[in-house]
Amino acid sequence: MSDDRKQRSAGVALFLNDVLPGQRVLVKKHHSAGAIRQRLMDLGLLADTPVDVVRTAPLKDPIQIQLDTYNVALRRAEAATIEVVEIN
Amino acid sequence: MRQEATIALLGQQNAGKTTLFNALTGARQYVANYPGVTVEKKSGRYSFNGQSTLVVDLPGTYSLTSFSPEERVTQEFLLTQKPQVCVNVVDAANLRRSLNLTMQLLEMGQNVVLALNMLDVATRRGITISVDQLSSRLGIPVVETVGSKGQGCKNLKEEISAVEQLTNSSAYEIDYGPLEGSIKDIEAMLVGTNVSLPASSRWFAIKLLEQDQYATQLITKLCEASVVTELEQKVSEANRCFFDQYGADISDHVINVRNAIIRSIISDALTTKGTGRGSVSKKIDSVVLNRIGAPIFLILTVYLIYQASIVWGYELTNYTWPYLAKTREILSGFLPAAGFIEDPYTRALGLWLIDSANTLLNYVPIFLILFALIAILEDSGYMARIAFILDRILNRFGLHGQSTLPLILGGVFAGGCAVPAIMATKGIPDNRARMATIFAVPFMNCLAKVPLYTLLLGIFFVEDKSLMTFYISTMTVIFALLVSKLLTKTVLKGQETSPFVMELPSYHVPTIGGVLRRSIERTWVYIKKVGTIVVAVAVVVFTLLQFPGLPEDRMQHYEAQAVVALDKFQSKVAGSAYENLASEAEVVGLVNFYNDYRRAKLNAKGAAASRKVAKDFKARNAEFYAVVKPPKGDKDAKAASRALRKLIKERNSLRRDLKEERLSSSLLGAIGRSMEPVTQYAGFDWKINIALLSSFAARESSVATLGVLFQQSDSENASLEERMGDETKAGGATALLAVSMILFFALYPPCLATTVMVRVQTGSYLWMVFSILFPTFLGLTVSSIVFTAGTYFSLTGIEAMSIVYFAALALVIAIGLKSERTNSGTLINNRHSSEVSL
Repeated sequence: MSDDRKQRSAGVALFLNDVLPGQRVLVKKHHSAGAIRQRLMDLGLLADTPVDVVRTAPLKDPIQIQLDTYNVALRRAEAATIEVVEIN
Repeated sequence: MRQEATIALLGQQNAGKTTLFNALTGARQYVANYPGVTVEKKSGRYSFNGQSTLVVDLPGTYSLTSFSPEERVTQEFLLTQKPQVCVNVVDAANLRRSLNLTMQLLEMGQNVVLALNMLDVATRRGITISVDQLSSRLGIPVVETVGSKGQGCKNLKEEISAVEQLTNSSAYEIDYGPLEGSIKDIEAMLVGTNVSLPASSRWFAIKLLEQDQYATQLITKLCEASVVTELEQKVSEANRCFFDQYGADISDHVINVRNAIIRSIISDALTTKGTGRGSVSKKIDSVVLNRIGAPIFLILTVYLIYQASIVWGYELTNYTWPYLAKTREILSGFLPAAGFIEDPYTRALGLWLIDSANTLLNYVPIFLILFALIAILEDSGYMARIAFILDRILNRFGLHGQSTLPLILGGVFAGGCAVPAIMATKGIPDNRARMATIFAVPFMNCLAKVPLYTLLLGIFFVEDKSLMTFYISTMTVIFALLVSKLLTKTVLKGQETSPFVMELPSYHVPTIGGVLRRSIERTWVYIKKVGTIVVAVAVVVFTLLQFPGLPEDRMQHYEAQAVVALDKFQSKVAGSAYENLASEAEVVGLVNFYNDYRRAKLNAKGAAASRKVAKDFKARNAEFYAVVKPPKGDKDAKAASRALRKLIKERNSLRRDLKEERLSSSLLGAIGRSMEPVTQYAGFDWKINIALLSSFAARESSVATLGVLFQQSDSENASLEERMGDETKAGGATALLAVSMILFFALYPPCLATTVMVRVQTGSYLWMVFSILFPTFLGLTVSSIVFTAGTYFSLTGIEAMSIVYFAALALVIAIGLKSERTNSGTLINNRHSSEVSL
């Protein structure tokens, strides 16, 4: 865990997939393209938007996130394409 | 009077668009499909101040791009149909995200009226919206509505008719900063072509720069090839330059600029007090989505749906069936009367059609309950949670979280129906998973497969009945998963997929009106779509059964026997008071009278109804009635009655023999025989072939057909189980054959109604044919392997079944574990693909 944290602060990218439930992050960058990218942005995952990771599904995948006032479910595969930064 | 106006209703999913549509148009709605896609097209009418207005409810979309069929349909509709007014329904509680679509409509140059819906929810969450601010910032009328209560409809209609009058509205222009130069260049090129565009040249310029598929296609179609090439070069050059200079895609830049404006509008027009963030939904979710609660509530829900619709619904059909039977009675009264050994064609065909239709209508109560429950699940918001919980398992087999519902409807436990199940696949956003679900659903346990299973288990597996029942009922899920995996990896490989990204809406209490409306609407679609086709095919099957008919000499043989039977009857009543009834002219009427009376008695419930039947029939023909129900002390009547019963018995037996002989010499019989060379490996003879063929028209008929084929002779009174058992066992049939039949029946093509639904939902006859051929091939292969190998190794039925079951189970588990690894592989690939920054 401490190693992980060191790595992150050393500049290794953090993805939405890696964020634990209960944490809040900011969207930084999309690494997907086409329809997926469009859909994620339509749902409000725009740069500098705060995102709360609410929970994971009982079988760990998909995950539930909260944006503004609404909740969105997305698979880990998609979450892994969204680069985020921790809010200090 | 002015021409009818067309207005479009647009908005995101869950914004309450449908409820508002219902409130606007009332009951005057029509549902159709857009050509080529399976997106539903709903339209309705209303009249306001004497002006008739057509309302088109466009599919729920988040934006006007070309990534999903819904978006393409919406964009195309706006550009080609040019509605006078666009009513943009927005969720007041999620205003920021909703305005994204509004801005795009305005940029397109549409006349927009904003319907600010669900303001009550927003207020509860401490959100205050200044309607005036919003209206002046956007430059369009804003109307507050509560769709579920029908509030604000009048205001909305007023604003619509005011906006309708506007002829030239200038499009809303956003300053895209560094992109403006490129926009102006392309706009100039478009204007230079002198082609009349369906929207402003600026809008097209922006869309082209965003490399929107639909807009690019449209321009390619409208403009000359040289101009198109030039435009393409310009667009790709602009994109490259922009990326080099600003490190972002043009499409992202457009979204960001637009969003910045939306944020500024929001900060002007909206104030939030406290953080009442849908706390009720949050609390419910923390219970129904946690590791322990999730499976409990899920199983409970599935069980409730099953119990209420299938079990109770089936019980309800006991009350509705008499009405259908009565309708049959009344309708058959209009048909020509039955002959002595052969009925007129019109009567036979008429009854056949009525019976086919009744089989279908019998399910109506089940569907009404089922569809109402589904509507409740959808409207409440729990359906999205089910998808969230189960997506991981289903995804591994090429399915989707939202495939759960179709699979439940198809019959997870004892029985379901593939028709509503396939209808329910409409909600699955991922096209490939949707197709996989459509083809997997028919492998579930449909209600009508049960009688054949019961019959075969009763004959061959008396001792192992419970084990076999367990195998059959759980095997279906295994087969469905395997089939969907197989198809996903093969024929469906090229289908469009989309990610599982969906909103988990806040919980709502569904409105009774909305639930009822949807339930009735969907049931009606079922009756209409399926009914017409089933009736049409009933005619075909009837023809195949009737023709070419019996040769002359065989008919004469039956007629001669009929004469003998009639003679006997005549000689018995000769000299009695009822002699005149035995004349050729009267006797057929008497026989029919007797049968009608018996049926009416059977249908009559209670003593009063029974007395009424007696009275009616006495009034119809007192003389006939005396023979049918001899009065006390009338010896002649008693003797005549006895003779009549004997005559009817002989007639029935003659008719049965005739029917069987006709069946075996019919076209369908010939087809059954011609299939023997192939089906022999599965152990099926022509009789079984015919039963399986006829079950295609409706599954229920397989047992009925077997009943006809394994006729009972006069003397014995054995059940179908015993008769079939004796005959087939005498012919060398074993439990292995039964297993072969069960497996084939489990994998057999869906019934006709289902294939029609496949056609409706896939929008293609090719897929419909595939849905018939693929399971036939699969079923025959599996049955042939099991029967041939089983015979070779002299396995018992239960041994063969166990081997098949555990082999399939092992395969499912292996695939499930293997897919896990491939999935994590793609995950890493995704991360490194297309590094485009925001």
